[in-house]
Amino acid sequence: MSHPGLLTACAAMLRRDLTLAWRRRGDIAMPVLYALIVTMLFPFALGPEDTLLQRIAGGVVLVTVLLAMLLALDAMFSSDIEDGSLEQLVLAPQPLALMLGMKILAHWLTTALPLIVIAPLLAAMLHLPGAVIPVLLLALLLATPLLSLLGAVLVALTAGTRRSGMLLALMLLPLCVPAVIFAAGAVAAAQQGLPWLAPIAWLGAALVLAVVLAPLACAAALRIALDA
Amino acid sequence: MTAAHTPVPLLEARALSFLRQDEPVFAPLDFQLHAGELALVEGDNGSGKTTLLRILAGLLHVGEGELNWRGQPLQRDTCAGEILFLGHQLGLKADLSPRENLQIAAGLFGCRDGTSVISVLGEIGLNGYEDEPVRRLSAGQKKRAALARLLLLPATLWLLDEPYANLDRTGIALVNQLLETHTTTGGAALVTSHGAVSFHGGEPRHIRMHA
Repeated sequence: MSHPGLLTACAAMLRRDLTLAWRRRGDIAMPVLYALIVTMLFPFALGPEDTLLQRIAGGVVLVTVLLAMLLALDAMFSSDIEDGSLEQLVLAPQPLALMLGMKILAHWLTTALPLIVIAPLLAAMLHLPGAVIPVLLLALLLATPLLSLLGAVLVALTAGTRRSGMLLALMLLPLCVPAVIFAAGAVAAAQQGLPWLAPIAWLGAALVLAVVLAPLACAAALRIALDA
Repeated sequence: MTAAHTPVPLLEARALSFLRQDEPVFAPLDFQLHAGELALVEGDNGSGKTTLLRILAGLLHVGEGELNWRGQPLQRDTCAGEILFLGHQLGLKADLSPRENLQIAAGLFGCRDGTSVISVLGEIGLNGYEDEPVRRLSAGQKKRAALARLLLLPATLWLLDEPYANLDRTGIALVNQLLETHTTTGGAALVTSHGAVSFHGGEPRHIRMHA
């Protein structure tokens, strides 16, 4: 008896979650709409003054994108726990951490990637100079998967509790402070014409660490959640 | 008779019990299950039948006593993929069709030789519903879609929690037929049920549970 290879299993998981997300396309649009509306409110609240908006643009876009990601985060494992899919996943002869890694990847593709795609539009609404936008995108490309991975660990830890949404936000926000500081730091440095590579490198290092450790922590936490 | 001649049981429990907040959920159990055997787990509501099945599947930790798989303590990586658990939650995604659900299961567990997702769905009686989202199926059809995993996946031990629930008469006969084929081809099964099981392949072993 031979079990399917890791690649087959990974592809099956990824395809499953992407198909599910596609069947519920409306849910993907929510964070995008949220980010658009919040960013649109800033010029109305602060006045259409170029210099002020330019100065805060990078930070506003980053914080908006991170908060928009929070909206979709707590649904990451809940439906799988409710319908018993997670039990089947735990019993499968595949490394659970890797399968959960695929789930996290699918989650990032369906929530963070659309936000990154509209990020140049958000930045333009706040008059961020065009030359800085590539740095902003690079910072987002590193910071959003970091947030997905950290978020997944916390979602897995709070999986058994009811109304985990608020608890999740309270636990996650302190953890994303370093990501926000480094990402916003890179954008601010680029705006002032200073070297911006160092904060990006820090984000990259944190991401590498999270990619390796977060799925393992997720797997352990979900096993405990099922054991209760 | 020497030890070499006694076949090692597939599954063996010795004084097995499970504690929830330091209270035993069921009285200590002793049983053996060999390849080709069917065991019926009997007990009242709340006597711990589902808990027992979840322990045997490796989802819950053994409280006290021993649980052996092919003579070795049961561990997740030694029995991975050999145990198929079908619980009250069917493990089907409501937004996907039975075909897509089975494709995922096959991607994770693999297929038996000579079976395919489509042939299995026909055998289980879901012709014409292959591409209907599971949320639109009736409770009995959902159960059938979950039971199709038994035909498709290459598992040795089946742990079935109330497999007859929601099924019509032909469905019940189908489950009995599945169990018979599985046990005659060297598999084993543990089944909890309130209904009468008319199993043809010999008298099933009974495991009685007391709270």
